[in-house]
Amino acid sequence: MSATQQALAVGRATAAHRPRRSTWFGGLHGADYAWAIAFALPYIAIFFAFVLYPICYGVYLGSDPALYRDLFADPRYLTAVVNTLLYVGIGVNVKMFLAFLLSGFFMRKSWWTKSLLVVFILPWATPALPAYISIHWFLNGQWGMLNNVLYLLFGIDGPVYLNDRWLGLAGNIGAYIWKTLPFWTIILLAGRMAVPTELYEAAEVDGATGLRRFAHITVPMMASLYLVCTLLDMVFALGDFNATFFVSGGGPAMSTEVLATLGIRYAFTVALPRLGVAAVMSALPLLIPLVIMLMRRLRMSEGQL
Amino acid sequence: MSATFPGRRMHSRRFYRVQRRFGEAAAMLFGLVLLVWSITPIYNMWMIALDSHDAIFSGTVWPDSPTLESFRVVITEDFWYLENFWHQFGNSFIVGLSVTFLTLLIGSLASFTVGRLRLRHGWLLTNAALMTYVIPASFLAIPIYRIMQIYGLQNQLSSVILALTTFATPYAIFIFSQYGKSIPMELDESARIDGANPLQIYVRIYLPLMAPALVAVGTYALLLAWNEYLYNFLLLSTPQSMTVAVALAQFLNSDESPWNYMMATAIIYALPPIILYYGFRRYMAAGLTMGGVKG
Repeated sequence: MSATQQALAVGRATAAHRPRRSTWFGGLHGADYAWAIAFALPYIAIFFAFVLYPICYGVYLGSDPALYRDLFADPRYLTAVVNTLLYVGIGVNVKMFLAFLLSGFFMRKSWWTKSLLVVFILPWATPALPAYISIHWFLNGQWGMLNNVLYLLFGIDGPVYLNDRWLGLAGNIGAYIWKTLPFWTIILLAGRMAVPTELYEAAEVDGATGLRRFAHITVPMMASLYLVCTLLDMVFALGDFNATFFVSGGGPAMSTEVLATLGIRYAFTVALPRLGVAAVMSALPLLIPLVIMLMRRLRMSEGQL
Repeated sequence: MSATFPGRRMHSRRFYRVQRRFGEAAAMLFGLVLLVWSITPIYNMWMIALDSHDAIFSGTVWPDSPTLESFRVVITEDFWYLENFWHQFGNSFIVGLSVTFLTLLIGSLASFTVGRLRLRHGWLLTNAALMTYVIPASFLAIPIYRIMQIYGLQNQLSSVILALTTFATPYAIFIFSQYGKSIPMELDESARIDGANPLQIYVRIYLPLMAPALVAVGTYALLLAWNEYLYNFLLLSTPQSMTVAVALAQFLNSDESPWNYMMATAIIYALPPIILYYGFRRYMAAGLTMGGVKG
């Protein structure tokens, strides 16, 4: 559910600013101020102990320039960078586009699309770990279900998917799309439902039909929400550990690793935590612009707080 | 649909009926594809779980002799990987419920301070939460692992509880601030005039009125904690401290793992969140529109 509210709130960030007003008739005083501080303290403590301190510690661990020389000398790292870019670029954009189309499909008001939606949510409701393990097994070249079905239907022997870098990567991306598609479809569906019907009625009066209504009403009304969802999911995909770790396991020969899994692999399999931190930190040039854009967009919706 | 619009080339009514039928059939076909896409991995999970161990490698799409044997093995802990299954199940529950409770408590207190008491520089707190929300948790895993050792919390459930609360609370603060705007400030003011202190307002006015948001965020936190893997795996490594997610992934360590036991474990592990999700779907849907209604 994570992104829903933000995304939706941003979708309609046009609300008029109400004048700021203080509850306690002119600011906090004495005991009230103490209460306010006391209420804020638990979060401040958590933030310092488990966000700020780890960030500083991570920066300290990954501050040695020599680490980055080692990193760039490692071919597995360069492979992981390419994989990460493909994973985020394809996994997010293909999925968001599909989710956008599917949200239109689920706007149909027949009984069977409503029931289908309930089943369609199942991948999202299923925890990542069992789902990805099942997909790992499904793709097994010798006795996985996919090749069994291919053999039964067409009499062909499918490839050993997870023994090939590109097929393995495609499997990871496909699994990530499978898992998260329902979530984003529902967000975009809610966004579509929030488009005022008056707009469509007015367009109808003006004689706009199917494609034109789509291009001149649906697309502009949804653009902002679509953008926020895409940015947010890029951050999620960049940090996604489970799909790669459980579907392809990073193999064959670490050729399908992404930065999130490679960092953990360096730190805990090879026992080089500093190199692991450096691998993760090298994603910052991609992460920081995303974070800045997102924080701006998400904060807009809090303007009247 | 287009039949109702003037200005397009006129066709006979019959043509439109055929066209609509065709459209409906195409949509149904598409729906069927979507159905197969959605349930295939789930079906695969059941198929392996229902298979007997020797028959898995026979390459069928439906097990020859479906059996619930593997579920019996998991439930009675009748395999050495599963010796502590129910204990680990309990661990997962403890982690899930603690994360939910702490997230709701810390998140609501913080958003009460920022949104209702209007603490000066409260925006700093909101921004800190927002920043935490958009930093991928897996990127902080290595330093947090080391820091938990420094705090002396390794192999204790509290380490996972604290780490996951950290990642769930920002979302809670965001939703609570959004939802809180729908509660009129006049309520706080009149309670204030009647002599209530902030704690009383928080307990008697704020929390009851926030109930829908609390349910939505609580469900989110519980699912996040139950489904999380990476932190569970890094911070808990003894059989006694493990949660189900870690125990489940242990099956992958060995090539000769009994896959049907593993899948039965996976299904039992997946059931609580699925039931929770479908049970609270309405509330989650309410949470979905919450932000939108507030605007």
